[in-house]
Amino acid sequence: MAMNTDKNSYTVIFAVIMVVVVGSILAFLSTGLRSRINENERFEKQQNILYAMGVNENEGDGDVSFIPTDKVEETFSKYIKKQIILEGDKTTEDQEAYLIEMKKELDIIKKGGEGKLPLFIGEKDGKEFYIIPMYGKGLWDAIWGYISLDKNLIVQGVYFDHKGETPGLGANIKLRFFMDDFKGESIEDGARLAGIEVAKGNNDPLNQDKEDNQVDALAGATITGNGVSAMIKEALTLYKPYLTTLK
Amino acid sequence: MALLSKKDASLISDPLADNNPITIQVLGICSALAITAELKASVVMAISVMFVLGVGNVVISLMRNVIPSKIRIIVQLIVVATLVIIVDQVLKAFAYELSKTLSVFVGLIITNCIIMGRFEAFALGNGPWRSFLDGIGNSLGYGIILVIVGFFRELLGSGTLFGYPVLGDPIEKTGLYALGYENNGFMIIPPAALIVVGIIIWVQRSRNRALIEEA
Repeated sequence: MAMNTDKNSYTVIFAVIMVVVVGSILAFLSTGLRSRINENERFEKQQNILYAMGVNENEGDGDVSFIPTDKVEETFSKYIKKQIILEGDKTTEDQEAYLIEMKKELDIIKKGGEGKLPLFIGEKDGKEFYIIPMYGKGLWDAIWGYISLDKNLIVQGVYFDHKGETPGLGANIKLRFFMDDFKGESIEDGARLAGIEVAKGNNDPLNQDKEDNQVDALAGATITGNGVSAMIKEALTLYKPYLTTLK
Repeated sequence: MALLSKKDASLISDPLADNNPITIQVLGICSALAITAELKASVVMAISVMFVLGVGNVVISLMRNVIPSKIRIIVQLIVVATLVIIVDQVLKAFAYELSKTLSVFVGLIITNCIIMGRFEAFALGNGPWRSFLDGIGNSLGYGIILVIVGFFRELLGSGTLFGYPVLGDPIEKTGLYALGYENNGFMIIPPAALIVVGIIIWVQRSRNRALIEEA
């Protein structure tokens, strides 16, 4: 092919064709896969919520296994008895509350508006769980998760996830040894809503002190850890009016 | 090797040793520092880069006669980004769990200097097959350093390999820890990777003095 690839006109035409071709491929792919991806994301939310209330398929010490995707919808409706939305003073029930994106709602609230705050009430072995979604920021990107409380405001379980924390350091917030530390901690300090701090100097690596509102931090992941503390605190503050009615 | 001519085989073997992208060309250092705190992440990153570099090199090589030289860098960037996004989307639809593990690496792959470097230095001037071999060779060379660094950082920093405790339990004080051994917390922060890479560079150059650059 004897083509002068240095000509300006050629460069422009090449650029245009390239952009159109690449754009179409990506648009086509994205539309084609959208429904499947949405479904996966929906299942993931259900799995995470169930995980926080202790409905999972964990085997052994370090394992984090969710209810499999083919069973998750059924399991979700079995354990989650009620999904409610708190909006200002109003409380409404909504079967799709779990699809609410916390990021958007928190943005609205920060701007002074009234965001929709979803809350899930689960029941397992005759015991009630109140599951709160959380959203915050870690070192590199977003972190989020769910925290489940009983009616005495004792943590029954948590689930954390992240978009881009450092593998081996901040990314470890989604490992069992970290998440399990939260179980049994009280979020209250006396009558004050203290949240749970990811603390570097609590001298309690086995996490035997459940009254200190602290869990042992991850080495090398200070900012992610602080992000987790801040995220829990923010969520609990937002849900405080509801939580105080539980006791 | 009967499968590859001697010249082709050197495309694979050179980057593993005397022309290693990390220790000799000093490319791709950023990701080598970022994700080598554990062995598993090193392996995942190495495989991802191998895929992107192998396929990307072939694509660029096939397009090498039609790419206008003025905008070739942008074209290369678009090819890498497109490949990575395609892989990401397909995984999200069909292997959601895997895609979550890899999401951290997506950004690091696009900006990996080795990928752009090989496109520019090799694929633009060579045929698809040789470019493919070059891509595989360089990503292996990159991967092997990642694995070595990951091995030492995870072993000395956390006392585990692939997440399995190999030195005993640091909290219960079993195994080596019973003798007073402690994990070195410094190893899991990124500067430690720089030191490990530095030691590898030192060892490699002292074994083969021809590699030492003239000051």
